[in-house]
Amino acid sequence: MSDNKNNNPIAFVATSVIPESPPPARETGIYKWVRENLFSNIPNGILTLVAIAVLYKVLSSTLPWILNGIWTTSSLAECREVLQGKTGACFSVLAERWQQLLYGFKYPEEEYWRPNLALILLFFAMAPVLFFDLPRKLLGFTVIYPFLAFWLIWGGSIMVPIVAMLGFAAAAVVFQKLGKGSFAAGFFGAIVSALVIWKIGGMLIPENASETAMLTAVPSRDLGGFMLNMMLGVTCVSLSVPLGIALALGRQSSMPLIKWICVVFIEFVRGVPLITLLFVASVMLSYFFPPDATVDLFLRVVIMITLFSAAYIAEVIRGGLAALPKGQYEAADSLGLDYPQAMRLIILPQALKISIPGIVNVAVGLFKDTTLVSVISMFDLVGMIRGPVLASTEWNGVYWELLGFAAALFFVVCYGISQYSQWLERRLATGHR
Amino acid sequence: MKNTVILGALTIAGLSAGAAAAGTLDDVKARGKLNCGVTTGLVGFAAPNASGEWEGFDVALCRAVAAAVLGDATAVEFVPTTGKTRFTALASGEIDVLARNTTWTFSRDVDLKFEFTGVNYYDGQGFMVPKELGVSSAKELDGATVCIQTGTTTELNLADFFRSNNISYEPVPIETNAEAQQQYLAGACDVYTTDASGLAATRATFEAPDEHALLPEIISKEPLGPLVRHGDHEWGDVVRWTLNALISAEELGVTSANLAEMAAGTNNPEINRLLGTEGTLGEMLGLSADWAKNAIAAGGNYGEVFANNIGEATPIGLARGLNAQWTKGGLLYSPPFR
Repeated sequence: MSDNKNNNPIAFVATSVIPESPPPARETGIYKWVRENLFSNIPNGILTLVAIAVLYKVLSSTLPWILNGIWTTSSLAECREVLQGKTGACFSVLAERWQQLLYGFKYPEEEYWRPNLALILLFFAMAPVLFFDLPRKLLGFTVIYPFLAFWLIWGGSIMVPIVAMLGFAAAAVVFQKLGKGSFAAGFFGAIVSALVIWKIGGMLIPENASETAMLTAVPSRDLGGFMLNMMLGVTCVSLSVPLGIALALGRQSSMPLIKWICVVFIEFVRGVPLITLLFVASVMLSYFFPPDATVDLFLRVVIMITLFSAAYIAEVIRGGLAALPKGQYEAADSLGLDYPQAMRLIILPQALKISIPGIVNVAVGLFKDTTLVSVISMFDLVGMIRGPVLASTEWNGVYWELLGFAAALFFVVCYGISQYSQWLERRLATGHR
Repeated sequence: MKNTVILGALTIAGLSAGAAAAGTLDDVKARGKLNCGVTTGLVGFAAPNASGEWEGFDVALCRAVAAAVLGDATAVEFVPTTGKTRFTALASGEIDVLARNTTWTFSRDVDLKFEFTGVNYYDGQGFMVPKELGVSSAKELDGATVCIQTGTTTELNLADFFRSNNISYEPVPIETNAEAQQQYLAGACDVYTTDASGLAATRATFEAPDEHALLPEIISKEPLGPLVRHGDHEWGDVVRWTLNALISAEELGVTSANLAEMAAGTNNPEINRLLGTEGTLGEMLGLSADWAKNAIAAGGNYGEVFANNIGEATPIGLARGLNAQWTKGGLLYSPPFR
């Protein structure tokens, strides 16, 4: 190498490739990430520092509180004794009362497996509806599920849900047969046939059937806790979506009677707070019914919440219908499709796709609104916390732990719903983007 | 009940509201269960425990009535009611008796068409202050900030009290008792005012109850008692005399411990009449002869019920005060059993 030095005008030629050196420290790894994302310029740097300070403040007060938490005492006073003035949560209330918070305080303890099973089966029943890539045959279970869940949760004679199911089945069959000729004939024929089946079935069920039943009957008043929120949420959402679609279409109808019924209904219900409807359900109706022949309180509440959210969903879907170009309607007409076909095959699939975020928004709001039933003395999760748990001499004064638990439960469900809707939007993204 | 066409369409059976207004006693006997309206939860007065059994001072009265009528203290269906739903629940016949620390007032008795069957707790509005303020009387509270639940009679009482004493205050409106506790402990107000029993129960939950004092002034009368519907006097009598039986039992020294012994017969004719070994008091009420014995056996006499649920040995720690027997300087005074 030293020989070449004299002959060559070029001062230096590297004969081997310079070994790769690592990138400058400021252009790599965590340092780069921090610099680019957190301290890219002075205002961002200040914001980062402030955020860190806030985070530290929050965590330094909550983490010791959570980590020091006590799980095993039997009253708030004992918690305080154990903590001796240190910060720490008293999670013992959750350890002692979690069953009451989840199932209400009167649901028989040895029957907890029934709502649990109903919840697990709910996922199987919902799967084919929510994920339409699954085989369509699974929908059969979805159809049976409401009756099965009713039987599991309320118990009593199995004949009741079977008769109810037979009634609906008869209605479906009659509608199929008569509905081809005229919608009205099918519609009213279906109602009549269902009523007939229920009447006959009701007479066939022996009086004491629920006493000898396989599952002990549990009256609605004994339902409570988060189970009640879930039941109200699931029932009302699944009932109010079809009702909302019907109302939205009815509002666009060219038949004045139907149109005006829908408009008046929607505008009336939207103009009234949910809590007044709930008071009507719990307080007013008991004036009108004889004391021994009342409609079940749970059913009354379900009807009111369903009507309420159906009105909102109808408006969301109307937005979706209005967003469709007129050409879509004309295209359907020019293909010679009649009204139901046009709606089913062309209009609704597009309108509903547009409405998904809105519908999910209503569903999430509705699910959280189910806690309002605590003001009409139903013991849902919040009702259990505000009433029985905080009113017990042992736990009076425990707020953060209980309400934090409730918030966590609701967050899990609402976040799940929101994630699903985002997946659904991506899955249906066949549009013009 | 005539303009119910729309909602009436929902009913399966015909409209017969009001049918339950007569003969509640027979209804209860036929049903085999007493429907008793209680709160959705108030410390010491009514709340379900960890195993779901209702407990408390008002609950004990429900159990006593059930025991008197049906002979079974557990034959009670507790119907939780809120402050807003309690009166409609009673008026509509959903419940037979309301024992929900409800203040006996003129308008509730006369205008709402209810019948208060006695007083089971004499309450009144009081003040709680931190001891470090050094206040010993409510009249020294000039210029204080006061936490007060909105929309209650306590709000009106407070205004009256300060005006009549010519001192000023600044109200801090709050919605619920829970909120009041937090606000008061955080120092948002100097004084918290509500019913004295509620103050005591609230103070019992504090980390350092000794640092807070209840002022001696009681600025209102809040007689709490069970109530029934107007117009059904047989049933009203049953509830009234069940309460009186518990009060008389304390006065006469009948406790759950010596009940069996006393029921065998004593030298005191009033005890004998009360417990049904003499006379026909039970028959007059339409109940069995040992109705009062069953009522006392359910949870003890008035003093025992008080001591077990809200008395000084419990965390709530209420003194008897006005709720002592008349012979001991209180207001409890049962008419004679004769």
